[in-house]
Amino acid sequence: MPAGVVQPLNPVTWLGAPALACMAGSLLLTIPVEVAGVGLPQPVLAILPAFAWAVIRPSILAPFVLIVLGLFQDLLWGDRLGLWPSALLAAHAMGYSARPLLAGQGFWTHWGWYLAALGAGFAVAVALMFFAAGQAPDPGGLAIQVIATAAVFWPAWRLIETYEDADVRFK
Amino acid sequence: MSLRDGPLNELRPPLAWLAVAALVLAGIVSLALFVNDHRGSPLDDIRGRFDSVAGVAGGVMSAPVHWVADGAAAVGAYVDAGGQNRRLRTQLAQARRLEAEVEALREENGRLRAILGVKTDPPLPMVGARTVLDARGPFADTRLADVGSDQGVIEGNPALNDNGLVGRVIAVSRQVSRIMLLTDIESRIPVLIARTNGRAILTGDGGPAPRLDYLRTHDPVRPGDRILTSGDGGVIPRGLPVGVAVQAKDGWRVALDTDAGSIDLLRILLFKDFSQLVGANALQPGVLPPTTTDAPAPAPPATQPAAPSGAAPASKAK
Repeated sequence: MPAGVVQPLNPVTWLGAPALACMAGSLLLTIPVEVAGVGLPQPVLAILPAFAWAVIRPSILAPFVLIVLGLFQDLLWGDRLGLWPSALLAAHAMGYSARPLLAGQGFWTHWGWYLAALGAGFAVAVALMFFAAGQAPDPGGLAIQVIATAAVFWPAWRLIETYEDADVRFK
Repeated sequence: MSLRDGPLNELRPPLAWLAVAALVLAGIVSLALFVNDHRGSPLDDIRGRFDSVAGVAGGVMSAPVHWVADGAAAVGAYVDAGGQNRRLRTQLAQARRLEAEVEALREENGRLRAILGVKTDPPLPMVGARTVLDARGPFADTRLADVGSDQGVIEGNPALNDNGLVGRVIAVSRQVSRIMLLTDIESRIPVLIARTNGRAILTGDGGPAPRLDYLRTHDPVRPGDRILTSGDGGVIPRGLPVGVAVQAKDGWRVALDTDAGSIDLLRILLFKDFSQLVGANALQPGVLPPTTTDAPAPAPPATQPAAPSGAAPASKAK
């Protein structure tokens, strides 16, 4: 689809399809591949729609789809259930709070706020793990996952570009 | 009539507030799930079902990766045949020198064992496994292996690769099992320092080298000391190789032996508890021979000084 073409907001396409794509992508990234004896970093792909959905428009369904996405992530990675749903909702809330400021802004402004949303999500995840395990995760491993997740912003930007003008009630 | 001109346009404020309410409600649900989730909770059944499905999907998806890896290894071995041959010749020469020494030590060891009456542990049964899914990150470091309860795997079984202990099984379904690596933030394994027999807890934190916590005894560890499983608690057998102690800024850490190789192929020890090692009969209470004691000696004459008030008489203290 060429850029700039506005799509109507159908929950299946703007919520369901990105969620399924995230699940498939997360599953693919768990294949045990090593390059020079080192496993590839695993970005948290579900943060992409968590941010994009908040920017596109307010939604009642989106938080519950994020719970499903987060639970899938927890089950796939063997985390405690509820860890990633909470983190994704924190990222979603951060994106939602920035929504009025992001109207009409370009890629880099969106990316800056995406980093803030990423920070909120990971801060919640770290706090919860500190509560559960009695210690914070290793800063090196944390930095690698944050950088990997920050680097894959482009699909979220495409999702925002595609749907941000679709519902004029919220412009 | 367009949506913008219609009555639905008035929905904007309520919908925005409803979205916030939905976000808050979803947050409460997520936190409640997190607080109430722990191993052994009813949610384990969901985990098991998910792992079964994910294991099948992972097996299919990772098969091409395994084929490519196996093929690359075969090609690499073929290309490197000359160099490999030289290395093997050198190793063979060293091995021949060591063989005689080992044979002498083995004989001496056997004689000493016989003198001391030492009983060695019988070999533990084990199953081979291949990892099909791999979660790497600061919050979880687990692998899904393609063996499960059908092959006799149970929760708590230790998993090893060629070099040492990788982790332990934390969840099992019929055909797959989830292995928590030593580096996982929630991993805790009792270990000992081979040189001093000092005990510690190996604590994962999501980084590559787990910490040594709760070190007992004064100055129990030095850089380069071998770290083995201690067997304390009875979950993991004693003596499995773990790694080497290294000094870090925040205390002692362990450079894991498993870092030397891939965690692709695993062996899972079917270890239940220590009763498995000695057999059930050996643990039955035996019938002890009757004990005979001599009659107590007659009381000494009254010339002995009286015991201080509150102190037990000597015969009672015994």
